Amino acid sequence: MNRILALLERDMRKFFRSPTLMIVSLVLPLVQLVIFGYAFGGKIKNLKVGVVDQDDRLPAIKLREMMQAIAANAKTFETVQYSDMGKALKDLRNGRINGVLNIPPNFSRDVASQTNPKVALIEDNTDEIATSALEGEFASLVGAYNANPVAPRVAAKVTLSVVEIYPYVPYIQFLLPGVIVLSIFVSAMIGGGIIYIDDKARGMHEGYLVTPISKFELISGFTLSGTAKAILTGIVLTVLGSLIAGVPDALDPGRLLRLMLVIVLTSFALISMMFLMMVRVNDPLVPRATFGVLNTLLWFPSGAVYPTAGFPKWMKAYAQADPFTYAVGAFKSLLLKNTGFVAITGDLAFLIIFSALMMLSATLLFRRTL
Amino acid sequence: MAAVEVEKLTKKFGDFTAVDALSFEVAKGEIFGLLGPNGAGKSTLIRMLTTLIPPTSGAARINGFDVTRDPDHVRRAIGVIPQAMTSDLDLTVTENMLIFAKLYGVPRARRERELKELLAAVELSAWADKPVKFLSGGMRRRLEIARGLIHEPKIFFLDEPTTGLDPTSRIAVWEMLMKLKAGRDLTILVTTHYMDEADRLCNRIAIVDHGKLVALDSPLKLKASIPATSFLEVSFSKLPEGWTEQLKGLPDVESVVEHDQVFRIASDNGPRTMTDLMDAAKRAGTEVVSLSVKSTTLDDVFTHYTGRQLRDELQSGKLDIGYMYRKGSGI
Repeated sequence: MNRILALLERDMRKFFRSPTLMIVSLVLPLVQLVIFGYAFGGKIKNLKVGVVDQDDRLPAIKLREMMQAIAANAKTFETVQYSDMGKALKDLRNGRINGVLNIPPNFSRDVASQTNPKVALIEDNTDEIATSALEGEFASLVGAYNANPVAPRVAAKVTLSVVEIYPYVPYIQFLLPGVIVLSIFVSAMIGGGIIYIDDKARGMHEGYLVTPISKFELISGFTLSGTAKAILTGIVLTVLGSLIAGVPDALDPGRLLRLMLVIVLTSFALISMMFLMMVRVNDPLVPRATFGVLNTLLWFPSGAVYPTAGFPKWMKAYAQADPFTYAVGAFKSLLLKNTGFVAITGDLAFLIIFSALMMLSATLLFRRTL
Repeated sequence: MAAVEVEKLTKKFGDFTAVDALSFEVAKGEIFGLLGPNGAGKSTLIRMLTTLIPPTSGAARINGFDVTRDPDHVRRAIGVIPQAMTSDLDLTVTENMLIFAKLYGVPRARRERELKELLAAVELSAWADKPVKFLSGGMRRRLEIARGLIHEPKIFFLDEPTTGLDPTSRIAVWEMLMKLKAGRDLTILVTTHYMDEADRLCNRIAIVDHGKLVALDSPLKLKASIPATSFLEVSFSKLPEGWTEQLKGLPDVESVVEHDQVFRIASDNGPRTMTDLMDAAKRAGTEVVSLSVKSTTLDDVFTHYTGRQLRDELQSGKLDIGYMYRKGSGI
């Protein structure tokens, strides 16, 4: 046990003496959370919609007033009046506005005669997210315009009432579980991959191998020190990340305890995986060349950035084997829903079995010689 | 029982035989030098003896323990200073020592005592709490020597311990090593490229080439074993025709090599050849411009047994894992 602790002591001393390593492991993922979270997470606002009113009678004015109400309150868009359709379309193509609402000359007449009145929204569909926001807002607007001001005594149409059981989850909170897992993975890549191979190349392992340390002690020492650093990263990211992202009751002790278990198991699973990948590697360039791609291969299919329900079939199958999926799943349950153990049992079971398989394979492949 | 017993030890990497049926013994308390050109198989031999790589065939016993069957007992009996400097740069001198003491399972009480004694012996006590990255190459090597002795090994393996150090640091390393050996029951097996070091410090020397043992004896006997006992370096005011052949014909002369109008003459009898040279020059109508005589050195022995051919053979990629960090690992 003393030998395992000696390896752990060596790595931890080095870790705490390397500000660069600590910044890379702890600070950069937080920066990533903030940048990603706010880059993707905000509500679309202040789009510019050109209005070409070729009718200019009461029904058309009512529609324009409703648009101005949205511009003043929800601020999804603001309106720019055009007298000429050609000019509006030119500005749309030049990117000065995001859409054009055309109210045709016979709009008021069609409203009055109830002969299928129409307005057209011409949009810049190169930006799908902005387009969806505009379409959504205009669908509501047209729905409100069509609504009968006096509610019928008996409802003729089916309506849907949406009840959200959790408070509103901004994207930064949705992203937080993925960023925590990613930061643990970065720590595993540095500690279990880059430093492991660099030490090997520098001859440090040669120094260990001539001591009476056993194969089990060596593997345990390497794994334990890598896991300890990853756990530390995970804890810092979970606590600070929760506070930054505004997770409700971020410091609830019961949840923190459950999160700690997920952090430990995730760290161990990812270090074990890294150890298996690097166990026979000697070239220091290999981990550096591999890790950029690994990030993509493991993080994006896990549902950390986008729900897995939107994946094609083959990618869903791939996500099933990705340890990130289960780690992110467990963190989501705890951080976004504050569930108990039952909800994360399956995720934890996968991480335990995955770690056991990785460690077993790595141990079989590990050579106690050069 | 010898400290090191090697019997027909062989290591092959595919078709390449790095060590070819080497046999020798190192007595307890001896300083045993292992010389050989680059790629001769010295490092591979050391790595087999220190359990870092398994032999292909043959046997080796260290302090009575077989390197293949009983590697843990071997590891407890040996201290190893590999070619590359392997101290942790971010850790202090003391931390480096203590971590290795723990890896060797040295009890806490002994750890502290050994640490103080060893650091004092290698004159690093004043640097005990400084990170290793601030030490010079010579100081780092001294630290590694101290580190290698923290568990009081019986046999100390040093793979080119003074390579890359300046002459003052080299002398300091050896002085400290000798001081440490004096107070301990220690056998030393060392590889080096510095012949003067081997000559002064080793009790016996083995010369290895192409994985084979080509000579093994004390430095004195090795020097006596080669044909010439003296070397004369001489230059003349002018070179008469067929001068090299005339010089070769002088009594006791073993060989004559001319380079840049300076003749290097190997002779069995230096003083007599010197007189003969002066006479021959006078007869041929030329004059001796410069003349120096030196006795046979270990360099001459080395060249005699291994030849002058440059060794640019490919190293085994399998072992050369530190190419990014080390200057050259050697086989």
